[in-house]
Amino acid sequence: MPLAKRIIPCLDVDNGRVVKGVNFVDIRDAGDPVEVAARYNREGADEITFLDITASSDNRDTTVHMVEAIASEVFIPLTVGGGIRKVEDIRTMLNAGADKVAINTAAIHNPELVKEAAEYYGSQCIVVAIDAKKVSKESEPDKWDIFTHGGRNDTGIDAVEWAKKMADYGAGELLVTSMDKDGTKSGFNIPLTKAIVDAVNIPVIASGGVGNLQHLADGVLKAGADAVLAASIFHFNEYTVGEAKKYMSDQGIEMRI
Amino acid sequence: MIAVIDYSMGNLHSVHKALQHVTNDKVLITSSADEILKADRIVFPGQGAARDCMSELNKRELVEVIKEVSKTKPFLGVCMGMQVLMEHSVEGGGVDCIGLYKGTVQHFTDHIDAIDSAGNRLKIPQMGWNQIKQTQAHPLWKSIKDDARFYFVHSYFVDPIDKSLISGETDFGINYPSAIARDNVFAIQSHPEKSSDDGLQLLKNFTQWDGQS
Repeated sequence: MPLAKRIIPCLDVDNGRVVKGVNFVDIRDAGDPVEVAARYNREGADEITFLDITASSDNRDTTVHMVEAIASEVFIPLTVGGGIRKVEDIRTMLNAGADKVAINTAAIHNPELVKEAAEYYGSQCIVVAIDAKKVSKESEPDKWDIFTHGGRNDTGIDAVEWAKKMADYGAGELLVTSMDKDGTKSGFNIPLTKAIVDAVNIPVIASGGVGNLQHLADGVLKAGADAVLAASIFHFNEYTVGEAKKYMSDQGIEMRI
Repeated sequence: MIAVIDYSMGNLHSVHKALQHVTNDKVLITSSADEILKADRIVFPGQGAARDCMSELNKRELVEVIKEVSKTKPFLGVCMGMQVLMEHSVEGGGVDCIGLYKGTVQHFTDHIDAIDSAGNRLKIPQMGWNQIKQTQAHPLWKSIKDDARFYFVHSYFVDPIDKSLISGETDFGINYPSAIARDNVFAIQSHPEKSSDDGLQLLKNFTQWDGQS
């Protein structure tokens, strides 16, 4: 039996609290990241990703305490992204109990950061997050660029070339989010994800656009992703992580059930 | 008291937190030979490169201490803390290790194809949840189902000469030893501290183990 594909629920946190509508019937305080993480762990989540959207760097200490609290209660891999700019930020998060950090904009401004961090802490804890948007016209072959600022700024960097470069620089994993699909609930961007999966030999996490369980399965079956990440479908009790795993397993995907 | 050996290789906090979650015993992260020799049980974790691990252990003069406590106390090696128990690792051009057991540490790429028989691409490091087949009964497997999934992150695996050491096997292109056990020593390639309920159960079993296999 091979390695299982992974389901990764993703949560946005601001000042140490989960934001953007989490609504579970059996949770006392849906804003408490420890409670939410524990709930996902009980349902069988293979990892959990927290995206820190805290605007002020002064408030980052709160995030560190949050990671410490979660890591004392929930014993599955934890990834923290958002606001990771320097090697010290990585050290702080790993010491707090994160297993991986996701680096996004900072990698674009300073690709050496990825190299340095991978050499020092090991590739296994360095995830490079890639926010990509289609820039080719309908009649042209597919081309995606890396975008920053929530999909507003085109960096002019080709997403597939960037993925290869980050893998060469020592990224242990790539988190690929389609800015065209994010929030649409119409499924992953399969051509984008597949193009990156085919271009690198490190695990790829598909992200952006999940609206139902078939979308998750398609991320693995059609795009070849090693893991699938979703936020809203799990937050509102539409589906539990357990249901998602069963659905994917029924489609012949190797899962940890 | 449980001593978690600190030699600057990897994140010891996860192991510490997971142990504290399953026992009321004191859990101490330490690189002090005295404290390690005084402890009732030893956890030997680690991640990173074998060469760095051995050089940090040598720098702290911990190799003899580890050899000593591995003869007498319940001893749990985790990930790199399993690999360096062998004689030699092929990592980074070759590194001599602690040599508790005869055999080597091998790289996956020398032993597996990039695609397995079922058509799955095998990406190295192996990262994620894979099954452990319990090839021998052991007190540390108590209440853990055969073929339970544990969280793995690694590129190298142990290849002991004495196959009777093998207590668990995992399939990643080949069947490789993912747990070994002898007398009061148990060592596992996966990260029990990140393997949810089954991982915590294994750690709990360790905290209650008398060191007899």
